[in-house]
Amino acid sequence: MSNSLFSPGHTACAGCGQSLAARLVIDACGANTIIANNTGCLEVFSSKYPESAWGVPWIHSLFENAAAVASGIEAALKFLGKKEGINVIAQAGDGGTADIGLQALSGMFERGHDILYVCYDNEAYENTGIQRSGLTPYGANTTTTPIGKELLLGNIRFKKPMPEIANAHGIPYVATASAAFPQDVQRKVKKAISIRGAKYIQIHVPCPLGWRHASDLTISVGKLAVETGLYPLIEYENGKLTAVRQIQPKPVEEYLKPQGRFKHLLNNPEQIKIIQAIADNNIEKYGLRVKTEVKSEASS
Amino acid sequence: MKEFLEGSRAVAEAIKLCKPGVISAYPITPQTHIVEELALMVAEGKLNSQFINVESEHSAASLVLGAVATGVRVFTATSSQGLLYMAEVLFNIAGMRFPVVMTCANRAISAPLNIWNDQQDSVSMRDTGWVQLFAEDIQEAVDFHFMAYRIAEDKSIMLPVMVCMDGFILTHGIETVDMPSQEQVDKFLPAYSALYKLDPQNPITMGLVADPDYYTEARYALHQTNREVLDLIPKVTKEFSGIFGRVYNGLIEEYQTKDAQRVIVAMGSVCGTIKEVVDELRKKGKKVGLLKITAYRPFPIRQIYEALKNVPKVAVLDRALSLGSYAPLFSEVKAVFGTKKKKPQVISSFIAGLGGRDITKDSIKEIFRLLTAKELSGEFIDLKPELLKETYEQ
Amino acid sequence: MFGPHTTKPQTAKKTKTGSWRTESKPKFLQKECIGCNMCVLICPEACISGGEKKYDVDYTYCKGCGNCAMICPKKDIIMVKE
Repeated sequence: MSNSLFSPGHTACAGCGQSLAARLVIDACGANTIIANNTGCLEVFSSKYPESAWGVPWIHSLFENAAAVASGIEAALKFLGKKEGINVIAQAGDGGTADIGLQALSGMFERGHDILYVCYDNEAYENTGIQRSGLTPYGANTTTTPIGKELLLGNIRFKKPMPEIANAHGIPYVATASAAFPQDVQRKVKKAISIRGAKYIQIHVPCPLGWRHASDLTISVGKLAVETGLYPLIEYENGKLTAVRQIQPKPVEEYLKPQGRFKHLLNNPEQIKIIQAIADNNIEKYGLRVKTEVKSEASS
Repeated sequence: MKEFLEGSRAVAEAIKLCKPGVISAYPITPQTHIVEELALMVAEGKLNSQFINVESEHSAASLVLGAVATGVRVFTATSSQGLLYMAEVLFNIAGMRFPVVMTCANRAISAPLNIWNDQQDSVSMRDTGWVQLFAEDIQEAVDFHFMAYRIAEDKSIMLPVMVCMDGFILTHGIETVDMPSQEQVDKFLPAYSALYKLDPQNPITMGLVADPDYYTEARYALHQTNREVLDLIPKVTKEFSGIFGRVYNGLIEEYQTKDAQRVIVAMGSVCGTIKEVVDELRKKGKKVGLLKITAYRPFPIRQIYEALKNVPKVAVLDRALSLGSYAPLFSEVKAVFGTKKKKPQVISSFIAGLGGRDITKDSIKEIFRLLTAKELSGEFIDLKPELLKETYEQ
Repeated sequence: MFGPHTTKPQTAKKTKTGSWRTESKPKFLQKECIGCNMCVLICPEACISGGEKKYDVDYTYCKGCGNCAMICPKKDIIMVKE
């Protein structure tokens, strides 16, 4: 039995990317951590009275206010002269971050609280039944962007650029990560908590239930999101893009195929082109393509 | 020490004496001066506190929730729209049993937009589980804040307390106030010692999901504790008078009600005006009186019953509406008597002073005049019928 | 008076989520293991433990998701019928 600060016995779905990521985050932070958690899958499956999976002090208040609650925890610790050595984490899902939680998050960033904010991005309001959020990707079939006779495309909006929005606030560290790359998650979390100020990490967490893929494909689907360029793994430090995970880009179809939420697009080359363009755009914008050395015969 | 102070300034001084560790608020008229005074105190080094300017009232309430959960005394203040905006956080704070103290500078609620005083805001939050005390004057506003922390932080209670003071009238009015010393306050109010808190040395989980098997008991406990506050307040006011000298009932104030034929029931600063009218009419031989409600929540059912059971005619003055139904304070006073044998012959409902419309001595006299054997339901005082039209006109 | 309110840490361990398994569970062959530790790292239930090429599953909590079998670079974990 491992000594994780996020114990087994929680009631997440089998293969839940978010439960994996949450465990990676808290174990990277260690026991000297206080967590403020928004309402969502993670909160619900880890804290049903009288049981809690959390081995650190943990508080849940409402759907949209973890950033504000965490601000209060941080302020109290500062008042007590105890902030040094205690990590304050605010965490939420994509809806709780980019939609309803955006105001409190923006305030927390602007005030520069010494807090790490983690967004678990499973790309929809999964806890309430797979409804579309501001971070739902183009083309996804959700219960509020369903496929019908009239509307055949699913979600036709693009993901809100949360990492860029966070970065625009002038905070010292912004990163994206994926549950499919667990060591990278922990490295980024450890790096973030060593920096003073407001930090934002957005972790892509596959959801077998909401994305409609087999529960044993969590890691492989997560990997494909990164390897197609659809979910770039990047780091911004003090406003500048300082690191990206380089990829040998795979075609987006490989990522779309295993997921039921994109099934309606597989016979629609127009739509796949649009999604490929999103990936290509990311690859270009962040410089994701692995640079291969071109050996010139003539020069030798 | 007696000082001539603006109400907001006096409240800020009172809060300073309570030494909160974290203060967070969002500006809204007419609460602004309270928070500005506190910001200045912090800037001058007179108050050691983390003062956090937030981006909304919802976040102000959430921030103090997080801070008090970490074991630190907190303070926030708001009015009207701000109180409504933080409404879900108010329920949350009470449900999670955190001793937050807040000033509500009572103000009318939009629409239409109105920045002036009535009691709709805090009355609309009566279901939240917060203790609600209504101040008649600035001295009460000051003293109730000390009592608020004492009540909230009592280890058998652990409930948030809202001190309600009429916006502009008490926040911007200037009165002579007896400000206590730090020694007196320290004697009355020990440092906050949390019953439960977020501490890596002793981790606990707060804010869990309670399914149908558990929710009812959590709410029952909250309700019972609210009722228990009715027993605590007299103890607190007794302690208070021992240290500060001023005597309060804390739940109600009976002003010339013992032999009164007609009594007005009211809350807040209008009680000062009513007392003057009562004095005037008493000089003319009229047997009138005032029952002031200090604690609106928890509702002092037994005390109201005892005070009014032998009074023939009672007028309840509401400065808020429950649109479409009986006025809030009236309906609760009426419910006190239910099917009791001893009760007033008449309990009439009056509405006045909405959106800052002055309640003058003449308005009060009008209420006494209209308080006859005929029971009135929702009678608006000082209504202007010329502004009312049956159909919509540009 | 207090009712259901706060909880002690890690009380979730009382819930034996292993009972959720209906189809298959992982079997650690321990033949080709290179000790990469990936199975420990990616288990959503944190119920795989071990080190130095010796690993074990706590079946009281294993939900049978199958990610460990999928990720093992040496195919040293297989899913067998429950």
